[in-house]
Amino acid sequence: MSSGGIKPAETFAVAAHETLNNSQMRRNLGRATMTIREKRLKAVAELSNWEEIRTQGAAIKDEAMAHLSEHLLTLEESVKRAGGQVHWARDAAEAREIVAKIALAHQVKEVIKVKSITTDEIELNGGLEAHGIHAIETDLAELIVQLAEDRPSHILVPAIHRNRAEIRDLFRKKLGVKDLTDEPKELANAARTFLREKFLHVKVAVSGANFAIAESGTVCIVESEGNGRMCLTLPDVLISLMGIEKVLPRWEDTAAFLQLLPRSSTAERMNPYTSFWSGVREGDGPQEFHLVLLDNGRTDVLADEVGRQSLRCIRCSACLNVCPVYERAGGHAYGSVYPGPIGAILTPQLLGMHDANANTLPFASTLCGACYDACPVKINIPEVLIYLRGKSRVGKGADLESIAMKTMAWFMTDAARFGLGLKLARVGQGPFVKDGVIHRMPGMLSGWTDARDMPAVPKQSFREWWKHREIQR
Amino acid sequence: MKIDLFITCLNDALFPRTGEATVRLLERLGHEVRFNPAQTCCGQMHLNTGYRSEAIEIMRHFIDVFESSEVVVAPSGSCVAMIRDLYPRAAEWAGDHELQERAVALGKKVFELTEFLVNHLGIEDVGAYYPHRVTYHPTCHAARVLRVGDAPLKLLRKVRGLTLVELPLADQCCGFGGTFSIKNPETSTAMLSDKIQNILSTRSEACTAGDNSCLMHIGGGLSRLQSGTRPVHLAEILASTEDEVFA
Ligand code: SF4
Repeated sequence: MSSGGIKPAETFAVAAHETLNNSQMRRNLGRATMTIREKRLKAVAELSNWEEIRTQGAAIKDEAMAHLSEHLLTLEESVKRAGGQVHWARDAAEAREIVAKIALAHQVKEVIKVKSITTDEIELNGGLEAHGIHAIETDLAELIVQLAEDRPSHILVPAIHRNRAEIRDLFRKKLGVKDLTDEPKELANAARTFLREKFLHVKVAVSGANFAIAESGTVCIVESEGNGRMCLTLPDVLISLMGIEKVLPRWEDTAAFLQLLPRSSTAERMNPYTSFWSGVREGDGPQEFHLVLLDNGRTDVLADEVGRQSLRCIRCSACLNVCPVYERAGGHAYGSVYPGPIGAILTPQLLGMHDANANTLPFASTLCGACYDACPVKINIPEVLIYLRGKSRVGKGADLESIAMKTMAWFMTDAARFGLGLKLARVGQGPFVKDGVIHRMPGMLSGWTDARDMPAVPKQSFREWWKHREIQR
Repeated sequence: MKIDLFITCLNDALFPRTGEATVRLLERLGHEVRFNPAQTCCGQMHLNTGYRSEAIEIMRHFIDVFESSEVVVAPSGSCVAMIRDLYPRAAEWAGDHELQERAVALGKKVFELTEFLVNHLGIEDVGAYYPHRVTYHPTCHAARVLRVGDAPLKLLRKVRGLTLVELPLADQCCGFGGTFSIKNPETSTAMLSDKIQNILSTRSEACTAGDNSCLMHIGGGLSRLQSGTRPVHLAEILASTEDEVFA
């Protein structure tokens, strides 16, 4: 089961430990992110007006968000007019029930899924399983994760932490294909044979959505494999689940995003398959279409003036690929289907900043800023991280850290106290200094000295040197 | 020019030589350097660790101290980034528009040392002599927030005797991130070990940067490994001459 949800089971530091100590996973991740990083830079450099398109993309999203309820109502009307049905889900449980009910009404035991990170957010697979319905992933990487009973670790390449040899072994075991090599073509063929059969006989499909256009009721999915096209056209019933922030007011708004998304995510000029569909058409494609609009914490994110820019995200995963923390700690460390820098700001906000484990995510960054440079819709992730760090402290009682920080602030708001603090530090470090450096520090500071030395406080501070010099002059 | 030095709390306490070098360098270039002893810290650590109201208090103090300066120079990219980029935002989050305006105005007069020399004064050759093999690590805040670009490299290329060796994957963060290095020590160390591997591959005697916080991190790793490569702040290289060696 590849469903994951968004509630981390551990703090980031604890969860990161596993990947950090897995050299195979570190190598898989390092290689994959390095390759895509270089490709993305090239793909972006081809467009001289890249910055303009970024600005435009951000502006369209901001405008859409400013009038979100209007656009959603327009979308509902347009979808209905085109023969589709619209459902509103306040949270994950409601969304799961809506999808299960539709599937049950058609008395199916299996559904196929595509482009489904939002369905992973609501843990749909488990929800359907509870009703005796098995969901089959059709994205190659999602299928790998599902067969391995693993968790996705990347937005776009959920199995980025796996290499070809591991996938070959998995397919040999789970798909029963003997004599399989680790050639990508052979692996894809094995998956294709398995999936083709499913596409042809499964009656209900569940998809995500990249965009939904309010004025026409059109839903859009971009993909690389073509499995989406199958899922969207072959079954009798199509259920599309989308977060409410995916709505765009007008058709022409897609122009910016169809340039921004492929270049940022797969470093392609254009993605191989782009599907648009509006409602149903007799005798062509699914004869029943359901659009499920999911809130699940999004309206609360929208209400926060600083945090709301997180909702611009088009899930391109560029921020993951350039993130030095993600590259080392891996996607699982974020404990949510949304990993990496975007996960670090989105997950805790979707949980209302009430989840203690999720609240460690905004601290899982050095604030190096690589994500902000890469983000095609200009989400200032470092800014939001810093802002959320402050927000996560609201209502928290005093602990060792807060006492230390408050004491330091007291020293730092007055020069006389500051000078005194410097002298105290020089005396206090006494027992820890050896040969001019500190090899071991106590308490929470030991995290530093476990692997790094710390310089000792020198005999004379800069201000003392300056004072001395002034006197001598 | 009358230049007010913001030494930064870290340099004041742990790296006074960087301060001395900055003073000597700017004076050698014919400027009057002043040090207002009322200064303390910029508040970066507090804001970045989530202590917003404490950060605002420190920030208020900073603005009071430096508001009347003509120009402020600091040998630290991250502190200048804090002042120029985050002061206005923090004030905005606090809903204090008067403070926000004061912060924006002050931010225009505060410069990181290398951007001040190259982009503001238009100087590349500062008359330095440093006969060593050196590699340069561009710190994240100087590169991505201040956009100092290759200003530090321009300065280094003009230093007599210096052999500049390009650092592989230079733009990768060293893993410091202030309290990140303490809250997530394992991830931080994993990033540092890659950075150190790249530094050592250059076979340099010194690794330089414009920020002692990153250098303290990198240096802490180099020292633990007994590597023989030392961290040196750029100001100390630029201040060094045939007659006076700073680092
Ligand atoms: S935050 Fe930006 S870079 Fe990251 S996935 Fe979303 S759109 Fe892409």
